[in-house]
Amino acid sequence: MDNKSGFMRDAFQKNIRQYTMLFALVAIWVIFTVLTEGIFIRPGNLSNLFLQTMTVGVVAVGMTLVIVTGNIDLSVGSVAALAGAVGAYCQVRLGWDTAPALVAAVGCGLLIGLWHGFWIAYRMVPSFIVTLASMLIFRGAVLGVTGGTTIAPLSESFKALGQSYLDPIVSAAVGIIAILLFCFFDLRRRFRRVKYSFTVPSWPLQLLKLALGAAVMAAFFGILVFNEGVPYSVMLVLVLAVIFHFVSNHTVFGRHLYAIGGNADAAKLSGINNKKRILQLFTVFGGVTALGGLVLTSRLNAATTSAGQGMELDVIAAVVIGGTSLLGGEGTILGSLVGALIMASLDNGMSLLDTNITYQYVIKGLILLLAVWVDMATRKK
Amino acid sequence: MSEHILEMQGIVKEFPGVKALDNVTFSVRPGEVHALVGENGAGKSTLMKVLSGVYPFGTYQGKILINGQEQPFHSIRDSEQAGVAIIYQELALVKQLSIMENICLGHETARHGVISWDEAHLKAKKALDMVGLSINPSMPIQHLGVGEQQLVEIAKALAKNARILILDEPTAALAEGEAANLLKILKNLREKGVTCIYISHRLREVFELADRITILRDGRTVATRNKADLNEDKLISLMVGRDLTNVYPWKKREAGKSILEVKSWSVYDAAINKTIADVSFTVRQNEILGVAGLVGAGRTELVMSLFNIWGRVTGGEIFLEGRKLSLNSASDAIQAGISLASEDRKRYGLVLTQDIRRNTSLASLPRISKYSVVNGNEEIVAAEKYTHDLRIKTPSIEQKTMNLSGGNQQKVVLGKWLMTMPKVLILDEPTRGIDVGAKVEIYNIVNELVDQGVGVIMISSELPEILGMSDRILVMHEGRFTGELMRAEATQEKIMHYATGGK
Ligand SMILES: Nc1ncnc2c1ncn2[C@@H]1O[C@H](COP(=O)(O)OP(=O)(O)OP(=O)(O)O)[C@@H](O)[C@H]1O
Ligand SMILES: [Mg+2]
Repeated sequence: MDNKSGFMRDAFQKNIRQYTMLFALVAIWVIFTVLTEGIFIRPGNLSNLFLQTMTVGVVAVGMTLVIVTGNIDLSVGSVAALAGAVGAYCQVRLGWDTAPALVAAVGCGLLIGLWHGFWIAYRMVPSFIVTLASMLIFRGAVLGVTGGTTIAPLSESFKALGQSYLDPIVSAAVGIIAILLFCFFDLRRRFRRVKYSFTVPSWPLQLLKLALGAAVMAAFFGILVFNEGVPYSVMLVLVLAVIFHFVSNHTVFGRHLYAIGGNADAAKLSGINNKKRILQLFTVFGGVTALGGLVLTSRLNAATTSAGQGMELDVIAAVVIGGTSLLGGEGTILGSLVGALIMASLDNGMSLLDTNITYQYVIKGLILLLAVWVDMATRKK
Repeated sequence: MSEHILEMQGIVKEFPGVKALDNVTFSVRPGEVHALVGENGAGKSTLMKVLSGVYPFGTYQGKILINGQEQPFHSIRDSEQAGVAIIYQELALVKQLSIMENICLGHETARHGVISWDEAHLKAKKALDMVGLSINPSMPIQHLGVGEQQLVEIAKALAKNARILILDEPTAALAEGEAANLLKILKNLREKGVTCIYISHRLREVFELADRITILRDGRTVATRNKADLNEDKLISLMVGRDLTNVYPWKKREAGKSILEVKSWSVYDAAINKTIADVSFTVRQNEILGVAGLVGAGRTELVMSLFNIWGRVTGGEIFLEGRKLSLNSASDAIQAGISLASEDRKRYGLVLTQDIRRNTSLASLPRISKYSVVNGNEEIVAAEKYTHDLRIKTPSIEQKTMNLSGGNQQKVVLGKWLMTMPKVLILDEPTRGIDVGAKVEIYNIVNELVDQGVGVIMISSELPEILGMSDRILVMHEGRFTGELMRAEATQEKIMHYATGGK
């Protein structure tokens, strides 16, 4: 067997599940494009679609690691709403600037995460129960903070988080820098491996990979640039996703989380402080959830009492569709983003088609079921 | 009626990147005990999974004939219907259920969906009688020892009217006494006409029990011989493809100064009401301290309690190189330089969803990291090294450990602990499920460590291993050390004397 096809096959087999989901995403896009006679694929709509993905996307990025450790967080909707309410309250009622208001909101999220981590790790209450309780507790807190009414309007700078775009020229620069960084890191990785005299893909294959990656990124940024620019919220998700991807694959912390989810006893005997790791993870995740809540609030330009209701279902669905195992130990950040994009595409496409809301729920439910079944079936092989 | 009750012809089974079975032929005569032997990863378990329908018809090539009739098994149920029952390398009983419920599981004695417990009781009782177990069938499985659980597994198979019984390393987790009992029961079953396929790395058992022996190597059948035509040396050379001169490569050496000292160590565990009472011992540099005893003597519990993984420590002190340690967790112990390779590779050893690379580095991540960022290349180097040194059979270090054969999984666990570069290495049943050839490799690696000044504690239920490799032997009985023997004076009899509580 020649080396090249061997590499290709290995890469394919290793990532087969992610490819199925990417394939599903493309299929959904093609179907909607045909059904909407091309409206779906227009840059304006795609840009809108990316914006829609972001609230779920922010939280899904963090939720991936929570589920990887074999835990779950059902309270994200309430926590996001509370963070949004706190931010809006600080700004509208107390007249704070945007920056301190955002910091207060994120701080509130971190504290809630710490609270979750404490109960889950040090008091051994299952995360399902702890966060189910929080779902109620913090929904109550939202009512308390807002006084049962809507808090609005927000200042321009607060609104920017969910509604504004980077200037197209800056956006283009960001896109080019991102592509260059991607190429730089991939090549650096290659040269390091050569230094260790490991086998590396042949040059044509390597260049093909770089070209493909760069093309996808260029298309993505291109769509945004030719629309209005890159939305702040998209930047936020991209940065978070890169950080979380790095953390999960290349840091001691990330490795520990996957080991804990795969086999908690073995992890402990290998010298991992499971409790501390879970506490840290939930604390960080509380902050991430708060960011999601802020994006949501600024998109709505108001903090409402019902904000974020049902968010946990969308987020968990996105993560699971992205190939993360609810049993723990397996999952990727990229997969969850694809999952979030699939869910948002369904929403977007069906509302373009004016599908009856009844069917929208039914179809989303069926897609979730189907996706997990496909995932399980390919996992067995 | 054909001469063979079972024939497997030209079996080929492939996994991504691995040809596990490559044209295997295997036939079994009615009423015989047929041993299946071979190195780790030779394909024994895979062949038996093909036979029992775990890998359904169509996922492999070749033919299975039972009593001369071709049988396409699409599921385990199909094979059970044809009288084939398998008892896996890992026990598969439901711990929370009773013996009776486990025996009848999947074959409930039900009328219109309503279980008749009286009938189930009777059926279970009869099956238990056949394996010589006289315990109440209503007892939950979790109260049984491993040996008894093994017998329940066999009873369960017999209750399904199995004509061909497959046992995959049934004695790996058993103590000598229990293993002997199991062999006796299998001989009884042979009298009653049950055909048995027996996989084991314990060659002594193979010679005691088997009528014929089939040897697999690298997924191919090497030979099928009558027991009378083979001896242990010949069998080993057929298995590993070369002669093995010395199974226990011990060499004379001087023990150095004491490195680990445990004084008046006492532990109590309320859950299973077990105590370790006032135990003291010392490990020296450049020595292998063997710890013998019957299963359940408390050896595993003793070392687990040093790591604070088991029980509540009620008293005692640990000194490493003369400094007093207070170990609150495995992490403390590893940092201080003590590593423990647990006997239970599935529970405490491996993260099965992860590959060899990540499992190997798991306990040594801080060492190959800078600012908490793992140096992936160093990790690959280390994983490659241990995979090579321990001769782990795998297409690559990216292989998930759940896809490895049992013995190769055990080697990954050893690699993980070797990578921590400990000062004191505690090995709990290190060669469980490992083939004779690979055992020697492992002993050589341990010897090398000992020469470098590491102190090794080796817990083992295999007396030949204890006698063959230890410089000094401690014997445990009911949570206490009852005897200490130097290598020169140690014999099987003396160890058994102390192990059963003799003074
Ligand atoms: N599900 C799987 N996916 C990929 N490879 C597999 C899978 N199951 C087994 N293998 C490979 O097939 C080969 C044969 O494995 P098998 O478990 O049959 O060995 P074995 O003879 O039982 O060894 P041991 O004595 O260690 O139990 C091994 O190389 C193993 O890695
Ligand atoms: Mg096996």
